[in-house]
Amino acid sequence: MQADCKDDTLLRDVEQFIYREARLQDEYQYEAWEALWTDDAIYWLPANDADIDPEQQMSIIYDNRSRIGVRVRQLLSGKRHTQEPRSRLRHFVTNVEILSREREEIRAGCNVMVFESNLRGETVWAARTEYLLRPEGGTMRMARKKVALVNNDRPLYTLSFLI
Amino acid sequence: MPVTQTHIPEWSDLIRADRVHGSLYSNPAVFEEELEKIWYRTWVYVGHESEVPSANDFVMKSIGPQAVIMARGEDGEVRLLQNRCPHRGNQVCTEASGNARTFTCPYHKWTFANDGKLTAFAFADGYEGQDMSHLSLGRVPRVASYRGFVFGSLATEGPSLADHLGGAAETIDRLCETSPEGEVEITAGFLQHRVQANWKFVMENETDGYHPGFVHSSIFSVADSGIGGLYGPKSTALTRSYGNGHTEIDLRPEFRRLGQPMGWFGTTVERLPDYATSMNRSYGTEKAREIMIDGTPHVMIFPNLFIAEIQIFVLQARAVDDTIQHVTALQFKGAPDLNRRLRQQTMGSVGPAGFLLADDSEMYERTQRGVAARTPEWIFLGRGEHRERDDADGFRVGHATDEVPSRGMWQHYRSLMEAA
Ligand code: FES
Ligand SMILES: [Fe+2]
Repeated sequence: MQADCKDDTLLRDVEQFIYREARLQDEYQYEAWEALWTDDAIYWLPANDADIDPEQQMSIIYDNRSRIGVRVRQLLSGKRHTQEPRSRLRHFVTNVEILSREREEIRAGCNVMVFESNLRGETVWAARTEYLLRPEGGTMRMARKKVALVNNDRPLYTLSFLI
Repeated sequence: MPVTQTHIPEWSDLIRADRVHGSLYSNPAVFEEELEKIWYRTWVYVGHESEVPSANDFVMKSIGPQAVIMARGEDGEVRLLQNRCPHRGNQVCTEASGNARTFTCPYHKWTFANDGKLTAFAFADGYEGQDMSHLSLGRVPRVASYRGFVFGSLATEGPSLADHLGGAAETIDRLCETSPEGEVEITAGFLQHRVQANWKFVMENETDGYHPGFVHSSIFSVADSGIGGLYGPKSTALTRSYGNGHTEIDLRPEFRRLGQPMGWFGTTVERLPDYATSMNRSYGTEKAREIMIDGTPHVMIFPNLFIAEIQIFVLQARAVDDTIQHVTALQFKGAPDLNRRLRQQTMGSVGPAGFLLADDSEMYERTQRGVAARTPEWIFLGRGEHRERDDADGFRVGHATDEVPSRGMWQHYRSLMEAA
């Protein structure tokens, strides 16, 4: 495939978006993170496989836009015990690719590791993450984010930060 | 420095009427003893018949730390097999679920029917003249089910499942009545939520009505769930101990006060018209209305099945401080519109990222670390002793926030642990 300048710029933009999103998560900028979502957003962490039917099978997270709002407000309440004190976090993002592009919508994928330190100890999370991104109001937004944890078919400790 | 304990004092010294010793949650020797006296002896919930609907279906389950294959035979019978080849001990199955007439051990190709019997082995001449018929997969000797809920006991003898469930069987009846067809199904797949805590902290919390207003205050403050008031000081709900360690928070008095069909689920029949129609058709309008007002039970079947109104948790004790909560939405046969909402709500509230369970689990782990401190040694469980009483059926009841359930669990626990 021949990469031209335009593709390069787009990839840079997507990478920068993903890095920024990761930083907002790591630094508890919950409201700024919430603002990245479109109104029809879905935030999805499947369980037991990467490709289950979330309308039929249990997922770890399957939030529509209003539930994303509840998640954020719960974190902001100061009484979400599992995040008081907050997990210390760093996301590491690699292998960023644009998977497809249809009109304005971009499907992008990457591999993610998160190092979490909390009262229990240290936990490493690893996932394949895919985004559906869409320009809206002069900026890029997330219409869909799917985080398929590598070990989502195994027993998992509490995952109460934003991944 | 905590000293690793290797011996257990007298149970009567550790378990009193209103307090239990902290070491019961942290001493590895206690856990080893529990495996023998509880997990590998009493009736333990394993799975639901609807998870293996067709002949030759199987699903991987557990009894405590041990893997158990729940398999439906060609004959329709559900059996529980141990995942251990009688040759040299290899695991014969590594799939989480599937459909198989036989299991073939990959090590030396011995093959077993799904009732456990050895049907073939490689290079048979090497076993000439030997009786191979006794070389089967281990079978959980006693398997029994109640309304589709399958229990296993690793003891060849003991009380029947009906004896074990006792008065608590009625809570399962109540649960099944929520289905227009009288049946529950487990079809949505499980989340597995691991906690670094003793299984008894988890079990006791399931019918602890004292904590919700505090542990779950964050979600109550941002989403109007209506749950909060059920567990307040003015609540008319009851805690109940059925004996044999089974306990309940009976929310019916609150829901009856409200008198709104489907109020228990935070909704109305208008929003679930198909379900309401099916219920009326099955039970008649009067009985259907009662069922839809009362709602589903909140009951902890000792030692590992928690029916939590809209979902079930299966507790798996793996080590003294390692417990898995296997959780899934309950699905009611003949109620697709209700079931969809049960799945949605369950996904929001439970599992590793759940609005409710992530905070409960945080408490389990902090409590586990807390009891590592040497003093004050005891866990105090005396709340509501002065106001507990017997109900019309002779079961012990108390206020919604009282510790009647914990006291009931520990009384039964002690009797199991003191048994020879
Ligand atoms: S260990 Fe199974 S066939 Fe040898
Ligand atoms: Fe709770």
